[in-house]
Amino acid sequence: MARPDLALAVPISLSPWARRFPPEGRARLLLLLPALVFLLLVFAYPLGLIVIRSVTDPLPGIDHYVQIATVDVYLRVLTSTFGLALTVTLATFVLGYPVAYVLARSQGLLQAIFIMLVLLPFWTSLLVRTYAWMVILGRYGVVNKTLMALGLTDEPVRLLHTGLATHIGMIHILLPFMILPIWSVMTRIDPALLMAARSLGASPLRTFLRVFFPLSLPGVFAGGLFVFILALGFYITPALLGGPSDLTISMLIAQQVSELLAWGFASALAVTLLVVTLAVIFLAGSVLGLEKIWEGFK
Amino acid sequence: MNADRQWESPGRWPGILLYGTCGLVLLFLMLPTFIVVPISFSDSLYLDFPPRGFSLQWYERFLNSHEWTAALWTSLQAGILATLLACAIGTAAALGLARSRFPGKSLLVGFLVAPMIVPVIVLAISLYAVYAKMKLVGSLFGLVLAHAALGLPFVIVTVSATLQRVDERLEHAALSLGATPFKAFRYVLFPLIRPGVIAGAVFAFIASWDDVVIALFISGTRSATLPKRMWEGLRSEIDPTIAAVSTLLVVFSVALMLVLELLRRRSARLAAPAPHAEG
Repeated sequence: MARPDLALAVPISLSPWARRFPPEGRARLLLLLPALVFLLLVFAYPLGLIVIRSVTDPLPGIDHYVQIATVDVYLRVLTSTFGLALTVTLATFVLGYPVAYVLARSQGLLQAIFIMLVLLPFWTSLLVRTYAWMVILGRYGVVNKTLMALGLTDEPVRLLHTGLATHIGMIHILLPFMILPIWSVMTRIDPALLMAARSLGASPLRTFLRVFFPLSLPGVFAGGLFVFILALGFYITPALLGGPSDLTISMLIAQQVSELLAWGFASALAVTLLVVTLAVIFLAGSVLGLEKIWEGFK
Repeated sequence: MNADRQWESPGRWPGILLYGTCGLVLLFLMLPTFIVVPISFSDSLYLDFPPRGFSLQWYERFLNSHEWTAALWTSLQAGILATLLACAIGTAAALGLARSRFPGKSLLVGFLVAPMIVPVIVLAISLYAVYAKMKLVGSLFGLVLAHAALGLPFVIVTVSATLQRVDERLEHAALSLGATPFKAFRYVLFPLIRPGVIAGAVFAFIASWDDVVIALFISGTRSATLPKRMWEGLRSEIDPTIAAVSTLLVVFSVALMLVLELLRRRSARLAAPAPHAEG
């Protein structure tokens, strides 16, 4: 809000140009135009075509959607992708919460080092990290060599190209997305509240469970939502680390387009993935309040 | 940060448990970097960990391979051009959104940041279908447009956040002293929001630089980006050249991270004397 005295002073001495385009005027909305036109052409138009294609290619009708909802193979891909996203979200929460807690408690150099350790993988290319897990989990990779050196196994254990490898890779890649929002919310919790609970006789554990943990929940929801919707759309990591039977929706879409040229069906799958993602966001928003989740991103 | 923050010590056993878990998770996070970097300096002909001897052969191979350097060049071009485009239209959009109120504004904001939310595979096949018809597959132009769409939300979000902290009276003052809106922007507003624009640019560049899925579909074979070239390498054979490329990318990430950290400190310093507390 502008101060009233200044707001009064402005129109009198504005330059001619500024009078035509006052800072708060509607004309400023013109600045939105380039981005809007750009997104309409490069984003909305292609997406719209996919939606249309899903009900017209090769024949008009909702056959593709019926197929997705009824054929066993496709249903299994949908549920397993959902299950994968859910497991990864829970695992990143269990592993990430203590790290966020330590991050929030630590100070100075130690905190700087911890933040570096969380941010470095966050900034490293997804492909590089997936590649590293291929090296670690491979047939003659680091894990198998260690196991064999310790005499725990005589021949390499199959780790790469399994569901386990996909889980490990995805948890690794998405962990920072869980840690950072939780940490951000934790640093804004007033320590006086904790001291108040303690001085009123609550045990440290009870103080944590009844005061600290509930206050940190917006961060957990923000991180959880972020990890879950990212995990739903994962393609690269499951494709490189997973086995042929661990198909995700994204992999199925890519396969339909590049190997089978089944554009109509691929489009229907893409629309399904998009709708599910948006539904998760709206559901989270209406149950938890988007404002509350948004808090976690600040 | 409040320096007087007081945390109770967690006690001996919970403390050991807490710091132990944290240490293990941080180790897990760092493990891939600890593995990839040494491998890239290996002197053996195949993947070997721990490497027996030191050599720069994989870096040499990377720099001598036309395929790899061409991919690096494509990635740099696409990244820089997409970042410039996203910054220009994103900053303008953030300025248009700031302090304005109109019906459906939150819907519009939702649309502007939507490329961040839509699963990237969905965007990739949508663009591929359109580009195939318009003969844009394999063109740098098409790649730049797609990557700019990926980066645009980051620019809008960071610049909007910075604009919220700028005292609008400064712009009013410039205007009332006779500056044209452009001059007021160039000499007053832009210097104030520059940290936000640069942070947005870093994010937009990363969005382009890291993208595999879109490039996989639309960049064709002629103008493959670095991640696409890596992807192809990973699918066929695990070649330690990729470890060398990866190490270069890690170094690059660290550099960008430091840039952002410096910016954050700078803007924290600039924001400190502001009279209003952040809302």
